[in-house]
Amino acid sequence: MFNLILRRTLVAIPTLLILIVVTFLLMHSAPGGPFTSEKPLPPEVLARVEAKYGLDQPLPLQMWNYVVGIVTEFDFGPSFRYKDRTVNEIFAQGLPITLTYGTLSFVLSVVVGVFLGVWAAIRQNTWIDYLTVAFSMLAQVLPNFVMGPILILIFTLWLGWLPGGGWNGGQWQYIVLPVIALSTSFMASIARLMRSSMLEVLQSNFIRTARAKGMPESTVILRHALKPAMLPVITYLGPVFVYMITGSFIIDAIFSTGGLGYYFINAAFNRDYAVMMGVTLLLGGLTIFFNLVVDLIYGWVDPQIRY
Amino acid sequence: MAGSTPRLGIDMRNPIEIKKVEQMAENLAKMDPVKGRSLWQDARKRFFKNRAATASLVVLGLIVLFSAFGGLFAKWPNDEIDWSMLGQIAEMGQPSIQNGHYFGVDELGRDLFARTIQANQISLIVGFVGAAVAVFVGTLYGAISGYAGGRVDSVMMRIVDILSAVPYFFIVILLLVVFGRSIIMIFVGIGLVNWLSCARIVRGQTLSLKQREFVQAAQAMGVPPFKIVVRHIIPNLIGVVIVYGSLLVPEMILAESVISFLGVGVQEPQTSLGVLISEGTATMQYGTFWQLGFPLAFFTLILFCFFYIGDGLRDALDPKDR
Amino acid sequence: MNIKLRTLLYTTVFSVGATALLAAGTHPVTGEALADTQTFTYRLLDEITSMDPQLNEDVDGSQFARDMFEGLYNQDAKGNLIPGVALSHTVNADNTVYTFKLRDNAMWSDGKPVTANDFVYSWRRLADPKTASAYQWFVEVMGLKNAGPVMAGDMDTSELGVKAIDDHTLEVTLEQPLPYFALTTTHTSTFPSPQWAVEAHGADWTKPGNIVVNGAYILTEHVPQERSVRVRNDKYWNNENTILDTITALVINDENVALTRYVAGELDQTDVPAGQFKKLKAERPDEAINVPELCSYYYPFNMTESGNPALQDKRVRQALSYAIDRDIITENILQAGQIAAYTFTPGATANFSVPDVEYGTWTQAERDAKAKELMADAGVENLDLEILYNTSEAHKKIAIAISQMWKQKLGVNVTLANQEWKTYLETRGSQQFQVARAGWCGDYNEASTFLDLMNSASGYNDGKYANAEVDSLLAEAKTMADPQSNYTRIEQIIADEMPIIPIYHYTANFLLDTSVKGWPFENVEKQVYMRTLYKVED
Repeated sequence: MFNLILRRTLVAIPTLLILIVVTFLLMHSAPGGPFTSEKPLPPEVLARVEAKYGLDQPLPLQMWNYVVGIVTEFDFGPSFRYKDRTVNEIFAQGLPITLTYGTLSFVLSVVVGVFLGVWAAIRQNTWIDYLTVAFSMLAQVLPNFVMGPILILIFTLWLGWLPGGGWNGGQWQYIVLPVIALSTSFMASIARLMRSSMLEVLQSNFIRTARAKGMPESTVILRHALKPAMLPVITYLGPVFVYMITGSFIIDAIFSTGGLGYYFINAAFNRDYAVMMGVTLLLGGLTIFFNLVVDLIYGWVDPQIRY
Repeated sequence: MAGSTPRLGIDMRNPIEIKKVEQMAENLAKMDPVKGRSLWQDARKRFFKNRAATASLVVLGLIVLFSAFGGLFAKWPNDEIDWSMLGQIAEMGQPSIQNGHYFGVDELGRDLFARTIQANQISLIVGFVGAAVAVFVGTLYGAISGYAGGRVDSVMMRIVDILSAVPYFFIVILLLVVFGRSIIMIFVGIGLVNWLSCARIVRGQTLSLKQREFVQAAQAMGVPPFKIVVRHIIPNLIGVVIVYGSLLVPEMILAESVISFLGVGVQEPQTSLGVLISEGTATMQYGTFWQLGFPLAFFTLILFCFFYIGDGLRDALDPKDR
Repeated sequence: MNIKLRTLLYTTVFSVGATALLAAGTHPVTGEALADTQTFTYRLLDEITSMDPQLNEDVDGSQFARDMFEGLYNQDAKGNLIPGVALSHTVNADNTVYTFKLRDNAMWSDGKPVTANDFVYSWRRLADPKTASAYQWFVEVMGLKNAGPVMAGDMDTSELGVKAIDDHTLEVTLEQPLPYFALTTTHTSTFPSPQWAVEAHGADWTKPGNIVVNGAYILTEHVPQERSVRVRNDKYWNNENTILDTITALVINDENVALTRYVAGELDQTDVPAGQFKKLKAERPDEAINVPELCSYYYPFNMTESGNPALQDKRVRQALSYAIDRDIITENILQAGQIAAYTFTPGATANFSVPDVEYGTWTQAERDAKAKELMADAGVENLDLEILYNTSEAHKKIAIAISQMWKQKLGVNVTLANQEWKTYLETRGSQQFQVARAGWCGDYNEASTFLDLMNSASGYNDGKYANAEVDSLLAEAKTMADPQSNYTRIEQIIADEMPIIPIYHYTANFLLDTSVKGWPFENVEKQVYMRTLYKVED
């Protein structure tokens, strides 16, 4: 296992470097630049502005400077659109927000999703099963950008219980609606995957054996069925976390939380290269880390796997 | 030597019993030869036994028919503005039979019935084709990676990691800019991004399956690796892949709506369910519920159908259930 | 009197006096009863680009600049110039040298006096290529001497035509005579910035705690993409007349969510979602506001070779313009009091009267008939056209409506090309379009801010329209005492050659809570100074 961690960490470095190259190339291929505006700058002025930010240098040199900046000073560069801020500042402010409600949503989705999925599987074809499946389907049907405004309509306008947005330093009232809006559809898909996976496992021979041996049902489920049933769900969790973080931009937009997700998409629109690169690297790093964790858990759950 | 040989159940020295056997042989000869049962026939039979799945297939079929031919019943084309409605949508735009706007009109006075039909078409195609592309590419990639293991697996999964972290939005924009904004490009863009998670799941499952006895048996028999992957591993994955695929279709439709929401999706005057739903959400607090209601209803129905069909397929195709 | 009585007397006087201080007062001029908490909360679509007056790029950001800094002149509720830091100015005979006399009681929030040097510093900073300001071009609009070479970096900034004669006298030298120069001093990019703070903190100088301002409010809190708070600056020279204590700006991207939160009472002001004005006006007549704005919405044609060749024929352009029913767009789609436009410059522009152009006087039926005739004359059938527009509900609706009008009346096949903002700017800016959607807002309240776009050398002339007569009329107008006759002629040429299709003139529409007073509704440039606002008791 240690081996795995070491190998992954070593591989992570070239991965991130390749990520930088690919993203750089993609970003610069998109039409327009950070300084393209409706009242366009005269060409000589534009040239000066771009020179100030080093955008006139050849791409490989820009990439090199960027990497050096990160490695030596941990400096991710300035924002081209928000003149008073650097990417580091944007991270410092946006990352805790996104991680807070992202992690809460994730935990909620997993816990509730797994629970519902298992329950529905062991009570197959009862009302619990039908209800779970119905709930899952309904929850997946409602996209974030429909659910968000509906939640605000209900809880802020009609009931007046919760504020309609903002973050206010992370007080609980401001976290509730974003977490609900973000976690619901993942809860549903995890529940469905868990249920179908559990149903499969429950048909297998070793479960039949365990039951035949006279083990109590709860032991059968929890000690024998759960682990293998979790496998597809675990692999699904890696991308779920990433989807949550990237999908959170809609949540940020609707609830004005100030999280990183919105910066991600906004930077794309504004061709704010440094912010774009910074958030991409962050996401890339998180993805790699999370996949490592998932693989470790997978290896622990399924002892037959050899890496 | 009584008792030492297992008895066949017929005493060959008893003339009455011999007669019975001869009779049975005659009867057998008159019967049709027994038909062999393949995996797929089995699956089909089991699928149709599942009432929910069958019903969903029927409903989906009806929706497809409606989307394909419903346009013949529309009184209005999908892009024509009813000038008399413009500006008074909340008061006059409700569904009605008389003026031919069966589903009412959208914010610009265009017939929602015709637009919903067209939206269905686009969304269904995006869903099917996108999911098919993603699943096909992802399964093949993931199975190969998982089966190969070691270095190859490591490299292939690293590639997946990198691609997952690259900003999705940019890939799609770039594709659309370079190759033009056609629907095909949207499928390819969305589908190509979503194969990644499918690959990961399949690879994970393959790693487990690799250690099973039947795989080791096949290896011992000298079956070439690619054949093992295609004929042994993949069929055992089908259950999970199909369920995942059916989870993917709604994601495709949603992904397309987010792309449209960002401004690079289906071009006007064409529309998709995602676009109609987000337009409907924007106006829902102003009293025009039908604008959200009808597209959302179709969206929900289509997704429900895919879910039940997905479950049905999984149940039907699961080889362990014999 | 004995001690007990005296104590009682003092206590009574003290408590009555204290109560008087604590109770909300009345407005000194109008006598209205003021609310206890003087806080104004409003909605921002997106985080602003910068708090630095020379670096700010967006309209919302300029509101921050107007509240926290003060330039030479301000505008009153109707848009007329009133003293700011400058009390008055004199001009030399040929309108090339302006001398501003500054007040002596203007102070920065850290106690330093505001001097002419602050303006010299900030204008040089604006022009300096090293600052890389997006509004650097404004220095050329102002017409300062040597603006061109300084902007290009060929001359040092000290050569820019602005000089401090003494602490309270600012002398501005222009490249060429400009009668309306004083109007440009209300633009926020010309506001002073505190040199010592900028040099001490660099890019961080605008953060709460570092920032030094000379305006009515100072920034105390800023959570990007969420909120920012500005509170009263005691050192502002006119602080006594400021009633509003605190201004909170909340960033809410979705306009429908913003409306919900406004209705729930979280906001005092918000924007009106596209197409909902009429309904909101009916429900909340006193809150739904709708005032003319100094902006025009139009469709330029691409007149270069990369455009559609059929559009080179002016009859086709005229036909396309005539076939648009602008009343449907303003009254049925936008429904917020927008003004149908047959000419480019809005009527709300100061000292401008909208000329009558012939096709503006006909009925729509007459225009439609004429359009069909013109298309037939030009021999164009089954024209294929592409309309380029950027992602927005309103632009989409208008483009769809226009495409339908062209299709039904003229048989034109329209493809709609919707691109996201930057891509759209690139496409339009490099003449890769046939017909595009465009909007233009005036930088100062005079017609040349619009008509200069028709100049063949203008960098904002995306259609690359070129007409020598227009160019010379524009040049001449810069030195005329009353340029209206030239402007009228230019508008008539535009109406004849139709290089652009004017569609409507904007109105600003928003919802404003009835407890908020002092809003300058008649200021067409939307120059709001929030220190003029106050809240009355409900």
